Amino acid sequence: MKTVGEKTARIDALALSRGKPVFTDDMKLNDVLHLKLLKSPFAHAKIVDIDVSKAFEMEGVHAILTHKDFQPHYYTTAGQGYPEPSPRDTVIFDSVVRFVGDRIALVAADTIETAEAAVDKIQVKYEELPAILDPEEAIGNSVILHPEPQKSGIHDAKKNIAAHIEAEIGDLNKAFKNSELVLEDSFSTPYVQQTSIEPHITLTWLDENDRLIIRTSTQVPFHVRRIVAEVLGIPIRKIRVIKPRVGGGFGGKQEILNEELCAAITQRTGRPARLEFTRREELYAARSRHPQIVRLKVGMNKDHTIRALDMRILENTGAYGSHALTVMSVTAQKTLSLYRCPNIRVTGNAVYTNLPIAGAYRGYGAPQGFFALESMMDQIASKMNIDPVVLRKKNIVQLGDEIPIARILGEGQHGYPVEVYSTGLNECLDRGQDLIGWSSRMSKPANKNNDKNNINPIHSGLGVATAAQGSGIAGVDMGAVFIKMNEDASFNLLTGATDIGTGSDTALAQIAAEELEVPVKNIIVYSSDTDFTPFDTGAYASSTTYISGGAVKIAAERIKAKILALGMKILGEENAEISKGFVIGGSGKRISYEDICTKTFYTEKQEQIMATASKISFDSPAPYNATFADVSVDIETGIVRVNKIVSITDSGQVINPQMAEGQVEGAIPQSLGMALSEFMVFDDKGAAVNLDLNSYHIYSAIDMPEIITEFIPTHEPTGPFGAKAAAEIPINGPAPAVVNAIYNACGVRIRDLPITPEKILKGLGKI
Amino acid sequence: MKVQFTLNRKAVATTVVPGETLLEYLRKNEFYSVKYGCDHGECGACTVLIDGLSYNACLVLIHTLKDRQIETIESFTIKGELHRVQKSFIEHGAIQCGYCTPGMILSAESLLRVNPDPTENEIRDAMAGNLCRCTGYVKPVEALK
Repeated sequence: MKTVGEKTARIDALALSRGKPVFTDDMKLNDVLHLKLLKSPFAHAKIVDIDVSKAFEMEGVHAILTHKDFQPHYYTTAGQGYPEPSPRDTVIFDSVVRFVGDRIALVAADTIETAEAAVDKIQVKYEELPAILDPEEAIGNSVILHPEPQKSGIHDAKKNIAAHIEAEIGDLNKAFKNSELVLEDSFSTPYVQQTSIEPHITLTWLDENDRLIIRTSTQVPFHVRRIVAEVLGIPIRKIRVIKPRVGGGFGGKQEILNEELCAAITQRTGRPARLEFTRREELYAARSRHPQIVRLKVGMNKDHTIRALDMRILENTGAYGSHALTVMSVTAQKTLSLYRCPNIRVTGNAVYTNLPIAGAYRGYGAPQGFFALESMMDQIASKMNIDPVVLRKKNIVQLGDEIPIARILGEGQHGYPVEVYSTGLNECLDRGQDLIGWSSRMSKPANKNNDKNNINPIHSGLGVATAAQGSGIAGVDMGAVFIKMNEDASFNLLTGATDIGTGSDTALAQIAAEELEVPVKNIIVYSSDTDFTPFDTGAYASSTTYISGGAVKIAAERIKAKILALGMKILGEENAEISKGFVIGGSGKRISYEDICTKTFYTEKQEQIMATASKISFDSPAPYNATFADVSVDIETGIVRVNKIVSITDSGQVINPQMAEGQVEGAIPQSLGMALSEFMVFDDKGAAVNLDLNSYHIYSAIDMPEIITEFIPTHEPTGPFGAKAAAEIPINGPAPAVVNAIYNACGVRIRDLPITPEKILKGLGKI
Repeated sequence: MKVQFTLNRKAVATTVVPGETLLEYLRKNEFYSVKYGCDHGECGACTVLIDGLSYNACLVLIHTLKDRQIETIESFTIKGELHRVQKSFIEHGAIQCGYCTPGMILSAESLLRVNPDPTENEIRDAMAGNLCRCTGYVKPVEALK
């Protein structure tokens, strides 16, 4: 292959390196209204009265919207396929607020300062209601978050259960009875935040034909169009959504968060509108990862194979059920797809609490599940006195295996039968083992500093974790493209696929270039504009390379077939082939791409060479990863230092190695953040307290351990040129690998993230 | 009150809006490379050079800039020729979403002007104020080695 598998500079890198105005907010709108939200100071309250008159009297204030301005319409803010698997439990503004940060009113003013001042003048009379701040107290609580009968899709509103899953294969009771070893434990993960450096930002205006233009930093432009149309009663034909460059998403922008608010102001005032979240707002009023408590019971055979796996999930979806069902489904489906196991049971409840709304975040439930499962595997290895790498190798799924859970459990619906067509996980483990120096670990099993002569407080350890993810949502995700040819043998590739900084525009250009046998520079990509590009479900579920890339390959094949057919006609040849930008006939006559296109434009066999293609897949092949961590624990202070992370991934045929490495390198600190430094802290009234980037600590350049990233090449027969996904898989391993390495270093098992010095010292019995 | 300073090698005289930050001023005047990320000097997305040193533009009030030299990334490409750090960032794949990139490049440049051959630790120190959520800083650091 010429282009696929080669390092190619990103096609947007030049503009980005020069700071060109390519992001949502990098444009001037005349007469724009600046928007500011009034948000709830209470975790749960009824709005008895709201008086906006003092605010509205202010000079420069042009509109104020509250629940009084809308007929209740129930929807979900989750940017998902339709009908959405998330409950329709949200209205644009409500008379009940359900978390600190819930929307109450929206002010539109000439300046942001005026809008902020006006927000302060809105008078609200609240009746404070008792709140649920602990997910374990949600089910059966006398407080009910969503009693309104008009809301739909809630599993059991009276019990505060937003969503529920259950699946069973085999006979669990019998299997546990016959197991050599049964271990049971519980693990939890906290509220963590996507923290894209570009906040949520939306601009809206009416074009010269009074169509509503929404320029927004989103992962899901087509879902934005559909949901805004529905919520505001605007026909889809009157809306155009444009996604410029996006300054990071990580799931946080798979949500309709401010598009409908901006649109409502433009709809009512006719004026352009701008709504940007401040960092503070991002940290309490945007979205986060669903905190989960995962209880695992595992039955082992004498030969170290897994006999039975019972997983019980309690997921905190916060005040609304955005992505509640599907995140929990992914927790179960991905984690239970990693190991061979004849007896599997999973039950899960996603519950409402009066805490911030959780949503999509890279990995989408899998990081929570793999933290539990891979911690458990480490405990099993320790109990059965077997090398954790060997234990995994004995149990991981192999080529040709069927994945029974995938058939039963899809995302919000039934699943599809899945067979493993490609896996390099064994090799990932082998390679990672070598790179981290694993053999040294086995000579030093976990201990609690038994050696009395050792006075060095720094104890080091190694840990491992494996993981599987998917490539798109089987039977749901669809991507479509349109390719047309130009007379210099360049091609416009118009795609709904949504590059949010992932580099998908470049990867798709590489796939097109490979198939069309032209250089990447000949592919002109224009993506994610609902007026000009075909549909795509959006940038989520590790779908773009596999699904949208699949569509690109099909369309390029069709173009190529047309070029060949027209070239043959022009040449008058019966048979011909394509080589290096020429159609070469059997007699040796040849014609260039350029001449074919020029002739078909102007003089011969006139037509525009173009093609469209759509791609849907009922497979979602798993990329695999093995992550190894090298840590040091100071047993006097409890401080953990991660020295090195080795992350080895099977992404099938890697389309662009440099970009794929970048995905892994970026995922690692996000997972280390969840393990060690990032967690939302709430006061006893449910208000998040760490509302800036000093106290919500994401990794900086000086916090990073040494990172080693490699790929094991495999070929996925269902993927474009053999490709599988790369974006989410590497976020699963670091947190459990670090926790396992800490156990190896000092014998302390952390079951509840984040890891803090206090927990380490408690584990050591020092406090 | 008026204030005069140099912005990307051009003399500027502007009437001070009380309380206006350099970030607000630059974005208002369409220097869009300077990004909003936190407004509290925590993320570095609004990094600019003032007299060659990197600053968070969100923490600098415009009236304090009398006679200072301000640079943004808009001035870094001269006659179509990219700055060496820009080139290196592109070659090393150090740009993902690109939102923090201008700030990172400016922080790097402020280091390289006084220390043309920095160690990895010096590079990391210089970039510690530029948060990036995409790259894990691996390729940006490689780009500066």
